[in-house]
Amino acid sequence: MKNLLNIEDLKVNFYTYEGIVEAIDGVNLNLKEGETLGLVGETGCGKSVTSLSVLVLVPTPGKIESGKISFEKSEKESLNLLQQGESALRSIRGKDISMIFQEPRAYLNPVYTVQDQISEVLLHHSKKELTEKALEEIEKDLSKKSLKHFFYKLERKLYRKMLEKPNSLSLKILSKIPIVRRYERRLKKESKKEVVRILKEMKIADPQRVAEMYPHELSGGMAQRVVIAMALGCNPELLLADEPTTNLDVTVQAQILELIRELKGKFGSSVLYVTHDLGVVAELCDRVAVMYAGSVCELADVMDLFRRPLHPYTIALLESIPRPGKEFKTIEGEVPSLINPPKGCRFNPRCTKAMEICLKEKPRMIEVEKEHYVMCHLH
Amino acid sequence: MSLTLRKFSMSTLIEVEELKKYFPITGGVFKRKTADVRAVDGVSIGIVKGECFGLVGESGCGKTTFGKTLIRLYKPTAGSIYFNIPTNVREEIQKLRNSSQDSSRLKKLRKQHDLSIFKGKKLKRLRRKMQIVYQDPTTSLNPRMLVKDIVGEPLKVQGLTRGAERRKRVLEILNKVGLTERHLYRYPHEFSGGQRQRIAIARALVVLPEFVVLDEPTSSVDVSVRAQLLNLFQDLRKDLGLTYMFVSHDLSVVECISDRVGVMYLGKVVELAPTMELYREPLHPYAQALFASIPIPDPTKRKRRAPLKGEVPSPINPPRGCRFSPRCEKAIDICRREEPRLIDVRNGHFVACHLIS
Amino acid sequence: MKIRDRLREFKAGMAPTIRESRVMLLRIKKSPLSILGVSILIFFGLLAVLAPVLAPPPFKGQDPWRIPKDGWMPTPRPPGTAVTEPVMVKAGYTTHIFGTAQDQTDIFYGCIWGASLAFREGFQVVGVALIIGLVTGCLAGYYGGIIDELLMRFTDIIFAFPALILAMALVTALGKTLDNVMLALILVWWPSYTRVIRGEILRVKQEDYVEAAKAVGCSDLRVIVRHILPNAIYPVLIVASLDIGAVVLSVAALSFLGISGVPAGYADWGQMISYAQAWIAGGATLTKYWYVFTIPGIFIFTFVLGWNLLGDAFRDILDPTIRRR
Repeated sequence: MKNLLNIEDLKVNFYTYEGIVEAIDGVNLNLKEGETLGLVGETGCGKSVTSLSVLVLVPTPGKIESGKISFEKSEKESLNLLQQGESALRSIRGKDISMIFQEPRAYLNPVYTVQDQISEVLLHHSKKELTEKALEEIEKDLSKKSLKHFFYKLERKLYRKMLEKPNSLSLKILSKIPIVRRYERRLKKESKKEVVRILKEMKIADPQRVAEMYPHELSGGMAQRVVIAMALGCNPELLLADEPTTNLDVTVQAQILELIRELKGKFGSSVLYVTHDLGVVAELCDRVAVMYAGSVCELADVMDLFRRPLHPYTIALLESIPRPGKEFKTIEGEVPSLINPPKGCRFNPRCTKAMEICLKEKPRMIEVEKEHYVMCHLH
Repeated sequence: MSLTLRKFSMSTLIEVEELKKYFPITGGVFKRKTADVRAVDGVSIGIVKGECFGLVGESGCGKTTFGKTLIRLYKPTAGSIYFNIPTNVREEIQKLRNSSQDSSRLKKLRKQHDLSIFKGKKLKRLRRKMQIVYQDPTTSLNPRMLVKDIVGEPLKVQGLTRGAERRKRVLEILNKVGLTERHLYRYPHEFSGGQRQRIAIARALVVLPEFVVLDEPTSSVDVSVRAQLLNLFQDLRKDLGLTYMFVSHDLSVVECISDRVGVMYLGKVVELAPTMELYREPLHPYAQALFASIPIPDPTKRKRRAPLKGEVPSPINPPRGCRFSPRCEKAIDICRREEPRLIDVRNGHFVACHLIS
Repeated sequence: MKIRDRLREFKAGMAPTIRESRVMLLRIKKSPLSILGVSILIFFGLLAVLAPVLAPPPFKGQDPWRIPKDGWMPTPRPPGTAVTEPVMVKAGYTTHIFGTAQDQTDIFYGCIWGASLAFREGFQVVGVALIIGLVTGCLAGYYGGIIDELLMRFTDIIFAFPALILAMALVTALGKTLDNVMLALILVWWPSYTRVIRGEILRVKQEDYVEAAKAVGCSDLRVIVRHILPNAIYPVLIVASLDIGAVVLSVAALSFLGISGVPAGYADWGQMISYAQAWIAGGATLTKYWYVFTIPGIFIFTFVLGWNLLGDAFRDILDPTIRRR
């Protein structure tokens, strides 16, 4: 299976009042086509920043210092996302790579209905398909007997022009004139139909009614489905999911996880799923990357990771899962501040098996077994 | 009286009788009351002295409201709460309630012992015995107060100590939660999340209460800190002889720390049993669906499909009959007409379901 | 407790304040406008304090804010003209540094002594209005319900009063003194503080730590004073510091209209400008006697600018929780 996404030596710094936060310190990841890669770690380990870096959306005061993110856009094209200009990135975002976030209602504009927001994505990326569908409808109307033949013929002319020259100046002008721009209504109707169809795919009951709701009228689970609809509306190849179910109730989380599983099969997307919940990882992912303090410390197939974890941090994480009847095992110490991270391997202050070399030199990522990578001096 | 404690009547700490808490919704020009949000809609349980009582449920089920109403942060709309009253008084109240005679004597007893109608000084003295630890330590500590003032304030307000004695008590409790003298003269924002939660715990425990409501105390902290805090809770319970009510939506954490667990849905308790029994064999359909939804950290045990459909209905207009009936796959006719009562089906295992009784 | 223990306790108690102040100073140093604002105010503060030294009142026994007159000529004399009045020469004045106004009042003297008067006007009006505003705002915000309704409707009524008309009415009724004018300003100024503090209290009231304080058994008063106010006060302080400049401007405006209650020849910048009305008429006099109104005007302008910059600096540095970004 080929690699869809390949992150090499990513370094991201945040320039804050209190100093330079070395949030990401050399992350190496690869995502294969059609798989679900889980990215696990505690708060502050850098997993959200990694997923934001793929879309080059790291918020200020963050800056991507160095690294390479290769994305296989189609059969032949492989782009380095960090070197693309804004307009190239904008055509990729939402269409080839989509992202869903933790708090769905914070990412929906409260003054626009669900319909308007999903249509916006569709009109931006799939305008051609929608125009073709509109033309079909016009042909159907022309074949019937009607008084509005004249207008339909006009509309057909305009839509054909839209198909040939989408950026023509005359169309742009026409779309600004108040009464004339009614011709766009047909396009909007088509996009609305598409929205209802997508919402149905999301297993939302009564999609017509939900499409006309405002975000504040939606419950958490519903809002997350709408956001997923927006993300999958254009059939992206890669879906980045940044803790989408953390804020949801456990039963709603189960519903959303099932939905993601189904949609993955139907749409054929690959998923990068960021979470701190090992249970979700075991449920959903094919391969897992464990992050600590800005770097990936272990990357393996999900069965291998749970059966034979190799990195001390992974072992400690798995042991700290609460089990009834036993005492709670903790990981000594706290997550270090990344303004002055520990020298050498960043886990050494808390590692029970730390050696001399761990304090001095940062270990490299090596393939210990087949497809099981670890970054630790013990191996 | 509360049926859930027939076995434990010797060491009951708290007994709750048909507790209700409604929040009015105003509407219209004159802001008249149009409806109620029925956050807690008739809960009757008992809490044993020294136990850790877990209360689980999803968002909107009323568990946080119940915890806060229990310690009188909210005034109950209806119902009674009895805290540590002698057995003979309790038996007398029960007799009077059952017979529904001589209501003046009942009223007098209630005025003396029923927490839900306490006011003024009596209420203030009560606060010494019941405390709460909040979910988010960032917002539950006053950012403009020093740690020594935050932890010392309960002592000051309750008039329990002065001067040097107070300082000693504050230091004692800080040491118990794992902080030192160096931390006294600092502001909360100078600490990490886990340490802030410890400060909040110190504040709750400095007056040496008997009962502490823990409102999702580990939800806002990291996984590694979570285990430290849970160990701390266990140690403090043994050390200071506390009784906990652990409210959470995280079922795996509750499983490890609680002795008994109650499951709430839409303002009512639908199942209540000792922890191991409940987790091994939940009887109520909602509890079954809830436990089946927990993602298990073992990739060999993946689920095939989501167990529960639909969403939680609004607490403003709960469904008629059994509240879970619209979503229950096993619902029968009576479920839609009559609300089931919480009854003991098996040695301290209580369920509110028509199918079981 | 021994003295040594007490001292140690005191030092430990001061440590967090010192830490916070250090960060505050760092913040001020980073913003040049804040430094400018603080410098301006320090400058005026020094003027106010050192007035007896910089411009010693030559006529003993007279109110030091009465500007001394150097002769009886009806037209102003430009800056640099020599002092003729012997008493003044004895006190140390050789030249009129800023010239004189039409009454031969020394402009330099007036500007220096005007600083302390400006501070007094600002602090008095804003201080009292702040107290009234805080009390009403706290009660309205914390208790809500009918108290809130009554207080806010009362505040709205006061808001509707035009400051100028009220000032004139009060001055006419009670007499033309500076204190009466300041009273009129206080009466129209406090509602804005009420609104601001009420809004903040409504926000802070909902925070968990307020509920936690109630869970511990704190009385309402303690909750408001110890928990809510210290967290709600920042926007009010910012508005108040901006308002000090605004008060000085208002008194100047009232002086211009002749209702300020400050007698003519008094060392108040607004009064000095009002005094020079005749020369602003235009034409030749505008450029010839520019110093009579321009120089006090510059003083007012700089004073208000200083307070405005300080208000902005406050906004950036005061709140310990937001400034860590």
